Amino acid sequence: MLGRGLRVLGRAIRTEPRLFTVGVVGSSLFGLLIIANSYVVGAVTGHVVVPAFTEHRAGVRELLLIAAAFVGISVLRVISIFGRRLGAGYMQFRLQARYRRAVTRRYLSLPPAWHARHATGTLLSNANSDVEAAFVPIAPLPFAVGTVVMILAAVISLFFTDWVLALVGVVLFPALFLMNLVYSRRMSPRQIRAQRLRAKVSAVAHESFDGALVVKTMGREADESRRFRVHVTELRDALISVGRLRGLFDPLMDALPSIGTLAVLLLGAWRLQSGAITVADLVSVAFLFTVLAFPVRAIGWVVAELPRSVAGWERVQAVLGAEGDLAYGATTDPGTGPATLRFDQVSFAYGQGAEVLHDISFTVPAGRTVALVGATGSGKSTIASLAVRLVDPDSGTVTADGRPLPELAPGALAATSALVPQVPFIFDDTVRGNITLDRESVDDEAAWAALRLAQADGFVAKLPEALDTAVGERGTSLSGGQRQRLTLARALAGRPRLLVLDDATSAVDPRVEAAILGALRGHDAGASILVVAYRRATIALADEVVFLRDGRIAAVGPHTELMATVPGYRDLVTAYEQAENEEETVQA
Amino acid sequence: MTAAVVEEGTLATVRRGVKLSPELRPGLAGTIALAFVSMAGRVAVPIAVQQGIDRGIRAPGGPHLGVVLTIVLITLGLLAVSTTCGYLMTRRLFTVSETALASLRSRTFRHIHDLSMLHQQSERRGSLVSRVTGDVDQITQFLQTGGVQLLLTGGQVAVTTIVMLVYSWQLTLVVFVCFVPAAIVIRLFQKRLAAVYRVVRERTGIMLGAVAESVVGAAVIRAYGVRSRTEKRLDDAIDNLRVSQQRALRTSVTSFSTGEIAAGLALAAVVVVGVLLGVDGGLTVGKLTAFLFLVTLFIQPVQIATEVLNEAQNAVAGWRRVLDVLDIQPDVADPGTEGAALPPGPLSVRFADVSYRYPGGPIVLADVDLEIPARTKVAVVGETGSGKTTFAKLLTRLMDPAGGTVLLGDTPLTSVRFDSLRSRVVMVPQDGFLFDATVAENIRFAAPGLTDDQLTDAFAELGLGDWLAGLPQGLETPVGERGEALSVGERQLVALVRAYVADPDLLVLDEATSAVDPATEVRLQRALDTVTRGRTTVAIAHRLSTAQAADEVIVVDAGRVVQRGPHAVLVQEEGSIYAKLYASWLEQTR
Repeated sequence: MLGRGLRVLGRAIRTEPRLFTVGVVGSSLFGLLIIANSYVVGAVTGHVVVPAFTEHRAGVRELLLIAAAFVGISVLRVISIFGRRLGAGYMQFRLQARYRRAVTRRYLSLPPAWHARHATGTLLSNANSDVEAAFVPIAPLPFAVGTVVMILAAVISLFFTDWVLALVGVVLFPALFLMNLVYSRRMSPRQIRAQRLRAKVSAVAHESFDGALVVKTMGREADESRRFRVHVTELRDALISVGRLRGLFDPLMDALPSIGTLAVLLLGAWRLQSGAITVADLVSVAFLFTVLAFPVRAIGWVVAELPRSVAGWERVQAVLGAEGDLAYGATTDPGTGPATLRFDQVSFAYGQGAEVLHDISFTVPAGRTVALVGATGSGKSTIASLAVRLVDPDSGTVTADGRPLPELAPGALAATSALVPQVPFIFDDTVRGNITLDRESVDDEAAWAALRLAQADGFVAKLPEALDTAVGERGTSLSGGQRQRLTLARALAGRPRLLVLDDATSAVDPRVEAAILGALRGHDAGASILVVAYRRATIALADEVVFLRDGRIAAVGPHTELMATVPGYRDLVTAYEQAENEEETVQA
Repeated sequence: MTAAVVEEGTLATVRRGVKLSPELRPGLAGTIALAFVSMAGRVAVPIAVQQGIDRGIRAPGGPHLGVVLTIVLITLGLLAVSTTCGYLMTRRLFTVSETALASLRSRTFRHIHDLSMLHQQSERRGSLVSRVTGDVDQITQFLQTGGVQLLLTGGQVAVTTIVMLVYSWQLTLVVFVCFVPAAIVIRLFQKRLAAVYRVVRERTGIMLGAVAESVVGAAVIRAYGVRSRTEKRLDDAIDNLRVSQQRALRTSVTSFSTGEIAAGLALAAVVVVGVLLGVDGGLTVGKLTAFLFLVTLFIQPVQIATEVLNEAQNAVAGWRRVLDVLDIQPDVADPGTEGAALPPGPLSVRFADVSYRYPGGPIVLADVDLEIPARTKVAVVGETGSGKTTFAKLLTRLMDPAGGTVLLGDTPLTSVRFDSLRSRVVMVPQDGFLFDATVAENIRFAAPGLTDDQLTDAFAELGLGDWLAGLPQGLETPVGERGEALSVGERQLVALVRAYVADPDLLVLDEATSAVDPATEVRLQRALDTVTRGRTTVAIAHRLSTAQAADEVIVVDAGRVVQRGPHAVLVQEEGSIYAKLYASWLEQTR
């Protein structure tokens, strides 16, 4: 663990060598000044105080010199503190920012399939608390390095003073160091456990509040609280165990330097008796031990944080090293006019799961509308994701104008196709921001035009600040139907050559939906449309229907033809009518 | 809390907090006493140095080793006592504070669930979570580190001052003269520090929001090729946070340096004044040396206190946020044991002059006055935004009406005990939220005792046996986070079964099958007809197939009930809203 931890630190130092140097120089200076201060205190006692007290006289010049020395050391120390703390702090913050950027960059380039495999909460904590944990030891690191310099200097200066007193230091410093080490070793598993339980408590709370409506409507508040309390109690016990260990070590750590001072007093008295040292030496060394205790703990802080740091670092590296990116091609020309979409013998499975699409082949000709029809769970949404290359097929190809989608550069792909998903996603931004997404081609005029097509201009115009209205996290201030129309407008605003609607108007009233589809059809056929639909009016607007059953294409053809020749299709699409007819038969 | 509200003082928050966590009180005096004894050990050493020098080393006739040894042994004894006290103090402190805060966490969690839907939605999900996680952690941090440090440092300053006064009142005065200006400057810095740390907190929130969006919205960002915009947002948020952290650090170090300069000045002044005093024989060498040690003991706590005060302010802000949540009275409150139970058997519904408006918003439902007899099946239809979902929320008491009364079985809803209400009235919302567990566990959420066979039967009774059999692991299939391993329609199926096994007397469906294919929906509808026979069902629907199958249809338009009656009758009322809706529906489905 120590080795891995040091490697993380080494990596950090190589990334920010200048700031690290500033921190270490500041911290070393700080340590040396502590020693210097002790010797000044000793010298003052021996050469000024004792003579003054015994001979009852004091020189003004000497006194001024003393004052200047103390103030001078103090000023230097302030400079060293600035160097130490700013160097360390800037280093830590810069590293955190750098790795946060790197991690979020990976999030943006890894494919949706990768995202689906990782819990949202985990990804959030990778970018936040894991990055933070990885670089926590950076803050005390220069201090710790400076402390090592200080201890070496202290031991050397002690030997110059008196070898007996130096022995106290030789025993004391390793003892302090060892104790810190033991402490860190025993503490870190407890800290890690507490951290894990903390994450669990957070996850349970997140999920429970996410499902607050269900909890409320089922009257399960008490049971949820019970479930939560189990984890809270576990966390409490873990934290108490952390506290017990701290309670044991903290006072011992405080006591050791005091014992050192007392040893110096006793041994010093003996050495003084034999004339080996002066009062000044004794005071210097005693003073040194009282002020050294604090910096030595910095080493403990670094060591104590290493396991957490390594754990955080490894989780961050897992994201940075994640594979499975969708490779993009070099073709930047998106083409013009409606696109031709073609599925050729496409099969697909989610991860290691069972295959959900088998041997899918169909075409959406340029400027035409094709409807995907099938029962719940038959694979329609998966086809929609493949059509805009959110995922790649396991076998077979998806092409736009004869060109396989993987050959397109990201910009060209986005300019070619737009997906309006079943569950609308709204950014925490204004209405304008949600529609334009800062795309240069989309100005206010284009945004309003898209809103009109999506039948959303009416409600947007009535919002308090129209396009400038902030819609809140996930668009909670809007109704389901409004959210769907807003995401539809977002897709239309980019004037895609292929529009994929995945049951994108399910929360919109039939009349509004009819108006939207009418507008799209009349929309100068700028786009080919692939639409997942249940409503017959929607289906009837399509030039052709692809009927899916259990992940296979059961039939392809115009709606009327399928109605006449495919009983399964007829049953699905005319379910309402049949139900009505049967009811009438029963009533009759 | 709006910016206009003056933030309450730190002490007031702490007092309010302790009142709400009575577990913190018992043994507090003991803990404080232990803290003081443990701290006294630190002062023992300088006293030992003074005594050792004056009585032993500089004793008349040369150093006297025996005296020094005695002094050292006595001090060691004192150290042993104070170290033991330190151990006991920390142990007590952790046990008491963690126990108190664990209970605060649980209580806040429950309280958030008890708040009305409106309150829950007005807060970001993430900030509600931090009320029971990060904010409470900060309080712990404060109680265990900050609080004790402040207590100890306060004690250390007091005891050190007393010892200094005993040695020399003149030198004590010198020390104070050096530190009082520093204390004032540090105090001024506190305000600036509070401000810069507030900026750090705000920017942390913004950064987290930006990260969350890049994770949750990953698919949209990819599909629209708007990576660079997202990257820019993230970079800005991350860098703004870094800049604010650096500014806070600079301010903090500057504040810290003030103490450092004061320490240097004090040390210099003590030596100069001490020597001048000693020349006249008013001081011994030992006392002056001890004083130099004592000045260090005096500085340390002041330095630590400035650092701790920053953290303390963060912690107190966290505590305040938790207390503020606990202070919100649930506006849709459970009448508790004083409340009534719903009468047994199927429930009738009555809306007496009910109106509703969102706080500060326009009226969304007005003058609704109607009765739904027990055992009937009613459909509520209307355009998006007509108020039909509000109707469902009032009926299930997710909200209380602004005017009028909702009665179930002639009992006003506001006086019905929640345990009675929630076990008899169940709503299936449009977004059928599923927990990250198996299908079986999600269904058992509504009825914990059911066996696997009973669960399988429930699916079969709703005509969903085939669908269940088609799942890779049947009942044991994990549904993923928020149920996302299933399609939207499939999630609705599970949510419906969950409501069904709850066995309610009044079932409210709020577009509960909007993402299900027509054939499945028709099948479900029939199954529901059978299993809900003899109960009251209210279905909010935009598919008029539901309305056709209902005993009665309630048509809502612009917040008012405009038509009521069986489908067959309403559809005949030419030019009516319902007739138009139905015509459009036919157009859509034929």
